[in-house]
Amino acid sequence: MSDNGNIASPELRNDDVLLDVQHLTKLFAAETNFFGKATSYVHAVDDVSFQIKRGEAFGLVGESGCGKTTVGKMLVNLLRPTSGKIIFDGKDLTAMKDSERKSYCKDIQLIFQDPYASLNPRMRIGDIIAEPMIANNIVPKDKVEARVNELLECVGLANYMRNRYPHEFSGGQRQRVGIARALAVNPKLIVCDEPVSALDVSIQAQVLNLLDDLKEEFGLTYLFIAHGLNVVKHVSDRVGVMYLGRIMEIAPKRSLYADPLSPYTQALLSAIPAVDSKSKRERIILQGDVPSPIDPPPGCRFAGRCFKRLGVCGNSVPELREVKENHRCACHLYDPELPPTEEMTRAAR
Amino acid sequence: MLLEVKSLCTEFPVKRGVVRAVDDVSFEVSEGEILAIVGESGSGKSVTSLSIMGLLAEPGHVAGGEMTFDGKDLVHLSEKEYREMRGNDMAMIFQEPMTSLNPVYRIGDQIVEAIRTHEKVSKKEALTRAIDLLRKVGIPSPEARVRDYPHQMSGGMRQRVMIAMALACNPKLLIADEPTTALDVTIQAQILDLLRRLREDTDMAVLLITHDLGVVSEIADRVVVMYCGQVVEEAEVRLLFDNPMHPYTLGLLKSIPRLEDDDSKRLYMIKGMVPNPLEMPPGCHFSDRCDSCMQVCRERMPELVQVGDHKVRCFLYEEQDGHAKDAAEVKANEEKAREAIEAAREVSTAEALIEGDVAREAEEGGADER
Amino acid sequence: MSKKTVLATQGAAGEVTNSQAQQPVEKRESIWKDVLDGIVSNKAALVSAIFILLLALIAIVTKLVPGILPYDPYEQNLAESVQGPSAAHWFGTDIQGRDIFSRVLVGTQITLVVGLAAVAISLTVGVLLGAIAGYKGGKWDTVIMRIMDMMLAIPSILLAIAIMAALGQGIEKAVVAIGLVAIPEYARIVRSEILAIKENDYVAAARVIGDSNFAIVFRHVLPNALPSIIVRATLGISSAILDCAALGFLGLGVQPPDAEWGDMLGRGRNELFRAPWLMIFPGLAITLTVLAFNLLGDGIRDGLDPKSRKR
Repeated sequence: MSDNGNIASPELRNDDVLLDVQHLTKLFAAETNFFGKATSYVHAVDDVSFQIKRGEAFGLVGESGCGKTTVGKMLVNLLRPTSGKIIFDGKDLTAMKDSERKSYCKDIQLIFQDPYASLNPRMRIGDIIAEPMIANNIVPKDKVEARVNELLECVGLANYMRNRYPHEFSGGQRQRVGIARALAVNPKLIVCDEPVSALDVSIQAQVLNLLDDLKEEFGLTYLFIAHGLNVVKHVSDRVGVMYLGRIMEIAPKRSLYADPLSPYTQALLSAIPAVDSKSKRERIILQGDVPSPIDPPPGCRFAGRCFKRLGVCGNSVPELREVKENHRCACHLYDPELPPTEEMTRAAR
Repeated sequence: MLLEVKSLCTEFPVKRGVVRAVDDVSFEVSEGEILAIVGESGSGKSVTSLSIMGLLAEPGHVAGGEMTFDGKDLVHLSEKEYREMRGNDMAMIFQEPMTSLNPVYRIGDQIVEAIRTHEKVSKKEALTRAIDLLRKVGIPSPEARVRDYPHQMSGGMRQRVMIAMALACNPKLLIADEPTTALDVTIQAQILDLLRRLREDTDMAVLLITHDLGVVSEIADRVVVMYCGQVVEEAEVRLLFDNPMHPYTLGLLKSIPRLEDDDSKRLYMIKGMVPNPLEMPPGCHFSDRCDSCMQVCRERMPELVQVGDHKVRCFLYEEQDGHAKDAAEVKANEEKAREAIEAAREVSTAEALIEGDVAREAEEGGADER
Repeated sequence: MSKKTVLATQGAAGEVTNSQAQQPVEKRESIWKDVLDGIVSNKAALVSAIFILLLALIAIVTKLVPGILPYDPYEQNLAESVQGPSAAHWFGTDIQGRDIFSRVLVGTQITLVVGLAAVAISLTVGVLLGAIAGYKGGKWDTVIMRIMDMMLAIPSILLAIAIMAALGQGIEKAVVAIGLVAIPEYARIVRSEILAIKENDYVAAARVIGDSNFAIVFRHVLPNALPSIIVRATLGISSAILDCAALGFLGLGVQPPDAEWGDMLGRGRNELFRAPWLMIFPGLAITLTVLAFNLLGDGIRDGLDPKSRKR
């Protein structure tokens, strides 16, 4: 998989864009008053915009509570956005009625994080994989069995395993069943919600490789959600970094890993423990914890923990703007209206 | 030597037989050293630490071997003596601090109690010490936070409290069982930094149990790699990471996605999965999943032998009489193992996976027939 | 580490090792196999199951071939009124001179039919209401569960009597009354189970692949609630039998001359000191049957709960 250098600037209209998320916001009521009206909100996802091209793998990275999973759930219609648009294949899903939307739902599938909770323990593997085909009526009844066998083979499971129950499988095998189920309806976009974080190290590589192979084979598009930048690096073409409900940085993979602009991305990258002695990096240890997303303070969400904080950071929210070609970052260090910073001159070079 | 474990065996009787979760495990921890035991789920790393702490849950029991801590024999310690030692000389922290902290007591009171069970000090004095401890583990404004309940703190803060509590009586050994697994990467970096600092300040030895090779590489001095209840390799941390010898260690290291990897190459994957503890393959436990498997590996279990500065359990480096091969042959075989792994990268994922499953099935079927 | 924390950590650590050691051994094929396992591995439950099968056999045989009984259970014979147990009448005779042994045997018919039919009613309605309340939530939940709460606020036997008073006497009506009053219990259990199951990822997965609500409830949610429903239903049979006996005792259940244990008990109570066998044998039959269903329920629960099975 190579880095796709010629991705059009997200501002440009592009027919190749499969998913266009615009100003997506999701608020959850944190406290309610006596009448059940919300008095304060969890800002789970706050004004998030990004695009995914056909055949691309987009990585969405952030720590727990940053809203990455909520974004995924809104895409597959498990949650309704509070505001914003999800334009999929040219159609605005958020403007559709439920009945209308259902026909588009099958085009976006989800692979779950927990392979133990995501398979019904009382159903056979074959039935689990057949169910989406039957529910959406896309395969004639007599062809279902053949198709199930085909899918099992795709994910590296033997045919005869179709009559078994999930508990007879290991975590890695269950995750592969989950992948087969997602593939069953020939989706256009697959949202992978931390698909390997619950698996053993030696099994993680199996699932990552499989996802990679399948992408190639079926021309799939992925939204790959993860909490560590190292996991998405291998599978993604472009990466977005989220913090407390907002996107901090979006860039093609090569540019992001070689030259992270946002101080948060820099810290996140440096926090990945290095395995070889030759790749030891200078470590940035962030102070403090991720603040509560309930009624977050004004200004940049990261300001409280930032090691390059400016005076303005506590007051105004930095805009996500293009700093380098295709490399966008929400940080006041790169604000052209502010006095130039060291970072800005470096980025400009 | 602070802690010496020799040929430790721990067994769990189950319906269909006896699971030997820890099988002939030996290692040593010296004062002020950080020793990491790495392994995947089912490798027996946690059971090893619980055996040392005397916290095995029924019906698990130590079936053989010796454990000496600070000159004391642990195997024959009474429950009362154990209780005195735990928390005093030996402390433990766990993966999920929420389950280890009592939710109905303020954290200050819990630390105070920890101090007062082992030392005769006044409540006031214990509280001052609790505040000092909290400051030491990097909790901001500890005077105020002692009044907090566990649920008012974040995961990282709770783990700090657990560490503070473990430090209450200046233990000589801290057993940390997956201390950062439940935490986010930036918080993990904080906790690892804290453990490193504490070791420098107090000269406390740490036995780190983890599945995360990254964490090991960050803070450990020496590493023991476990697979299916056995030690497969042991070496100094840099030696192990820069020059892994056992095919399992090699495979584990190769299968971690790394920032400096060439993404056009596929990730290496260890085929198949960890065998069922009741249906271990005959011979080497790793033989089914090994890319360098030889005929002898399927027949006999290799010994853990000293090869150069490593201890390793593999016939690539062992003459069949239990002695290490000579240096040139070891070098050549190391190269061979690497090549085998590079070759295995190229096989299509689905094919490799299906093959592994079918092979395992065939074996299990055979076991059932017997 | 304090004693308290050691204890707390011990618990957590124990779970880890247990699950590690047990994981490969624990197999679950189907619910019914687990039910059977639970019964077979628990002696009391096994004996109870055999006892219940025997009762069922008696009920069927006495219905099909009444001639097998030593006496006609309905034939009055005032000449032999209120006789103690003897070789001729094992359990003695009642005031009308009918053979109590025969009547106790015939009584199994009504007892089992009432137990099963009443549970069938409360199970069907209760599961349906509980499923709607749990899965739909919101207003549905509020309305259904408040009605259930109201029903639970009235002692069930009083409610059953009130329903009987409205419907009139008769065994069918007793079944309806007993069935209706037990609905809230099933609804509550099913609702709480569903609230928990609904949070599982496989339910979310079903929604993502485009399953209808109906399919989600019947394929994914209810099958996973089945274990607790089965246990509750088994125990429910025993309480239905008890309720039936209570109504019979109060003279609200069957019409004479039908043989029903509670009714027999009620008619014998005036002669308690003079002829204790009038009450002892039907009473014993009720006690044993109820006990058997309770023990069976316990065994099934253990079979379905992997945690208790390990011990």
